[in-house]
Amino acid sequence: MSGVRILVGTRKGAFILASDGARKKWEVAGPHFAGWEIYHMKGSPADPNRLYASQTSGWFGQLIQRSNDAGKTWEPVDNKFVYDGDAGTHQWYDGTPHPWEFKRVWHLEPSLNDPDTVYAGVEDAALFRTTDGGKRWVELKGLREHGSGPRWQPGAGGMCLHSIIVDPNDPERIFIAISAAGAFRTDDGGKSWKPINKGLYSKYIPDPTAEVGHCVHHIAMNPRRPGVLFMQKHWDVMRSDNAGDSWEKISGNLPTDFGFVIDIHAHEPETVYVVPIKSDSEHFPLDGKLRVYRSRSGGHEWEELAKGLPEKNCYVNVLRDAMAVDQLDECGVYFGTTGGQVYGSADAGDTWMPIVRDLPGVLSVEVQTLS
Amino acid sequence: MIRVVLPPHLRTLARVHDEVHLEIAGLVTQRSVLDALEAQYPMLRGTIRDHVTRQRRPFLRFFACQEDLSHEQPDAPLPEAVATGEEPLLIIGAIAGG
Repeated sequence: MSGVRILVGTRKGAFILASDGARKKWEVAGPHFAGWEIYHMKGSPADPNRLYASQTSGWFGQLIQRSNDAGKTWEPVDNKFVYDGDAGTHQWYDGTPHPWEFKRVWHLEPSLNDPDTVYAGVEDAALFRTTDGGKRWVELKGLREHGSGPRWQPGAGGMCLHSIIVDPNDPERIFIAISAAGAFRTDDGGKSWKPINKGLYSKYIPDPTAEVGHCVHHIAMNPRRPGVLFMQKHWDVMRSDNAGDSWEKISGNLPTDFGFVIDIHAHEPETVYVVPIKSDSEHFPLDGKLRVYRSRSGGHEWEELAKGLPEKNCYVNVLRDAMAVDQLDECGVYFGTTGGQVYGSADAGDTWMPIVRDLPGVLSVEVQTLS
Repeated sequence: MIRVVLPPHLRTLARVHDEVHLEIAGLVTQRSVLDALEAQYPMLRGTIRDHVTRQRRPFLRFFACQEDLSHEQPDAPLPEAVATGEEPLLIIGAIAGG
């Protein structure tokens, strides 16, 4: 019997929400790692019982937890993230050089076919990889040593590498995004990288079309169509039909094109979801109404999805890694809010229901589809 | 025997419910205590002091015998009462935030 498991990282622990294929009744397990920030938690596509979690704390630093039994028990694995060689400097908020300093892991991306291989996107921005289930993390330093590194600058949330997408047809091709440096791609397994920001326009940086410096909030790809990427930039929703070589703005009729999350329907590669947020100075929905917007045409034309979502007095945010889709025939869509709600739709966004309402602020949402 | 009291989150991580007991041969210092602690509980590596610099994490403090020892040198001897096990070394998480 099919089912769905939602892995929720929050500011005060991790929660696992489980349901059968109907997705009407949910069991809530947690908090795991109570009191700790769980920036991200994700399962291995190759072994759904293998989960990884990024557990962080301002007091105690970074931990990585691994589960081999779908989150029933956990064991800490290596938490040593050391930049390879002289880390050098990037730009600080005031434009002065600032040493690269590890702060936390924002995103864990398990390999598509090996449960022991995981990529970790960290702050200050760099990409690490383990190939032994987390016993040892090694930096893929070609990214940080890209010549533009000294010009990278933190966004308001820190200089974080938050998006990692491995091409299912070519594991040597990986896409990543950094706030606020932009998107990058490697075609040789991480040895060398190129910025893929052509077509982005960011009027808040000195050169709005610069090669790097764009505050990319999230990128998404439907694995059935690896050459097509969608992006929620600080402002602007974008798409690329050539693996990031160039981007086109697809904000169309969105009421505001500021936001953090973006995701794609599991079976309809032109169906895209965003949660518009009022502005970069007011991180909440327009008019106090929480809304998902869906485009069935790959952008430009968007429809408001409101059934089951708050109609008034809603002033939460939806953070960049806090939306995910399942793989069931009728695609489920899920997102979490900074107010601690996790909403789900079992009909591709037509209707929504709160799965839980009162968790700590949600940092990330991932979904496992179980057969 | 050296007695160490961990903050609650680190007790959970180390899966201990009370103070930790360590055996240390030689001089009892912050460094030798933390080395022994991390050897006995490897999951604590990186949580009390930085992996690379070995410096105490900024929001942690070391107290013993009604004194704040946080700014003592890592190789300075800890008080005799700690070295004999009469008093514990307290590792304290700074009180901050919500």
